[in-house]
Amino acid sequence: MSPFLAAVLQLLALIAALALAYRPLGDYMARVYSSPRHLRVEKWIYKTIGARPDTEMRWPAYLRGVLAFSAAGVLFLYLLQRLQGSLPGSLGFASIDPDQAFNTAASFVANTNWQSYAGEQAMGHVVQTGGLAVQNFVSAAVGMAVAVALVRGFARSRTGELGNFWADLVRGTVRILLPISVIGAIVLVACGAIQNFAGIHEVGQFLGGHQQWQGGAYASQEVIKELGTNGGGLANANSAHPFENPNGFTNLFEIFLILLIPFALTRTFGRMVGNLKQGYAILATMATIWLGFVLLMWATEFTHHGPALQAAGGAMEGKETRFGVGASSIFAVTTTLTSTGAVDSFHSSFTGLGGGITLLGMQLGEIAPGGVGSGLYGMLIMAIIAVFIAGLMVGRTPEYLGKKIGTRQIKLAACYILITPALVLCFAAAAMALPTPPHSVLNPGAHGFSEVLYAYTSGANNNGSAFAGLSADTPWFNTTIGLAMLLGRFLPMVFVLALAGSLAEQKPTPETAGTLRTEKPLFSGLLVGTILIITGLTYFPALALGPLAEGLAS
Amino acid sequence: MNNSVTNTARLFGAGLRALLVLTVVCGVLYPLAVTGIAQALFHHKANGSEIRSEGKVVGSELIGQRYDLPLKKGQETPQPDLKWFQPRPSNGLGTNTVNTQYKLLVSGATNLAADNPELLKSVKEAQTAVIKDNSVNGYRVKPSDIPADAVTSSGSGLDPDISPQYAELQVHRIAAKNHLSVGQVRKLVEDHTDGRVAGFMGEPRVNVLQLNLALRELTEKG
Repeated sequence: MSPFLAAVLQLLALIAALALAYRPLGDYMARVYSSPRHLRVEKWIYKTIGARPDTEMRWPAYLRGVLAFSAAGVLFLYLLQRLQGSLPGSLGFASIDPDQAFNTAASFVANTNWQSYAGEQAMGHVVQTGGLAVQNFVSAAVGMAVAVALVRGFARSRTGELGNFWADLVRGTVRILLPISVIGAIVLVACGAIQNFAGIHEVGQFLGGHQQWQGGAYASQEVIKELGTNGGGLANANSAHPFENPNGFTNLFEIFLILLIPFALTRTFGRMVGNLKQGYAILATMATIWLGFVLLMWATEFTHHGPALQAAGGAMEGKETRFGVGASSIFAVTTTLTSTGAVDSFHSSFTGLGGGITLLGMQLGEIAPGGVGSGLYGMLIMAIIAVFIAGLMVGRTPEYLGKKIGTRQIKLAACYILITPALVLCFAAAAMALPTPPHSVLNPGAHGFSEVLYAYTSGANNNGSAFAGLSADTPWFNTTIGLAMLLGRFLPMVFVLALAGSLAEQKPTPETAGTLRTEKPLFSGLLVGTILIITGLTYFPALALGPLAEGLAS
Repeated sequence: MNNSVTNTARLFGAGLRALLVLTVVCGVLYPLAVTGIAQALFHHKANGSEIRSEGKVVGSELIGQRYDLPLKKGQETPQPDLKWFQPRPSNGLGTNTVNTQYKLLVSGATNLAADNPELLKSVKEAQTAVIKDNSVNGYRVKPSDIPADAVTSSGSGLDPDISPQYAELQVHRIAAKNHLSVGQVRKLVEDHTDGRVAGFMGEPRVNVLQLNLALRELTEKG
């Protein structure tokens, strides 16, 4: 069987598995966020927090909950790293420096998982499992909560109430993320991922001498890092490390975990707004872009342009033998079209255009299918923009899901789509203009600029993958990327929740003959076009200086 | 003013309590439960799939290692021990720069761009070496025979595998250096070639450590 045919079969198997899980998981999540009942363990958690889970919140209260919880997360994670040197169970590893500890705390709370440290030599068991992996769960649950609040904004009328943040946070963690993680982690261990709390392993070698590796809770963190679209692995090589991703099956399974919740949330959305077809239209938009990107990536990686790859006879630099070019390409597209950033191969050594595809994937705003929660709310914002554009063409007030899209809604949506590009382009320009930051660049020429552009794109979009040649552990990059991650995560959430509040206050607008049918393929097409045009207009000049210049030259 | 400070403090307190209780659930109970199950059901795998030979641990099935001659005086990079099957290059593998009380393997890739002259040079040098090392006894390696994995570094630097093509390319050399027949060595490679998982997932591969263990067994028996 040719590698290309095997790649196609893997893609088909992946789609089949996702299709099987779509309905049951999507409906289950809709029940989780709508059910009036609380589990016993949840009641105990609410009591400890001091929260009343049945109290409805308006958007400012919901937002305050998000920000208070996340601020506590940043502070706790920062302190945990600063104190690592004195904590037991840390393998005697030293405390993390202030700038890197800030960067890492911001990174994991913002669901980004940008890592300016090398996990296996820097972080002990306590920080990994008790700090970083916890944020892998709860930052994902926060994203889902905000998405559900926006969906409630569409579904509800004349109230302004969006649900209870604490209840959404706890339910997402306890009822959705934890059960899937337990099963997934055991599957990974059964395939060879390690899971222990041993100290440093010293292992003999075939020709004498020793290897030293750190033990650790690899499998339990690996599964939630994919499922929660986080991306921060225990090892520096991330999912290319054999302990995180031992074979071809686990590789496909990890891609499945990344896509599972983001795609299924469109079903949850359809269920909660009472029209499944609206969910399918969003799903179709996401799937079209994702599939298109996979095909483009195959086209460029299998033809392996670029002098070094041509000489080698294949794009295997930075790729593992057990995955090969085909599966590594699916992984790379999936991780950058979601907010994951886990990698099973190193994007910096992809072809020039292949690296450009990973960059563009993030620049679309990670909405196809995007991060858990953030993908859905990002896509719904784009849907509002698309409806608005269609409304301008025919000259009537746009509506989406029975809600009028007026001045306030469009202002909020516009703020949402402007904030991330502003962060990316301003920080990247500043880094290139200043004297010292460019010293961190590894590769010469256009690719060097791409490394910096990639870093801020990845940070502000909460992805976390890297053109990892960049030496990012400097005070400048730790601080600015840290800020980009926090602002790129929480400012959009402010706009989303404000939008949700304004939608929930409206009374429903009855559907008329002139209403744009947003459940039809025509609308999905319009939405794909809107996304591509807006992203293209924003980023084309920067892309032309980096990956396009590199890719077209070779 | 005072009121809003109190409210903010109260809210932050709730956030902190929520974080701590969820840390207990997701950061203590969950990893301990998974570790317990993993250690009970998959003890060998959960601890790194170590391989033993003649009573000694010789490495992990999953972690690549080098098969080099001991360093001679004045040498900086060791020469490959051509008696044994050679793995992929691992130019991205790091050495630990923090917590240097240990000598940990730090996984990683070169991250060199496809148009970086440095990468082109290392690929060309690797090709020259592969041709020189493997052309023995009238068997001449053609540049077009060399698969990409033989001259590129993996993502982790710890890739335990090589492609079946790269193993096949080394067969003549291994046979000559170990005084075995080409047929014997070729059979060894075939026996240790793993196909794609379930026929289509991933790529075919040969685990270098297991192949070399089998080779050692064969030479000691013969």
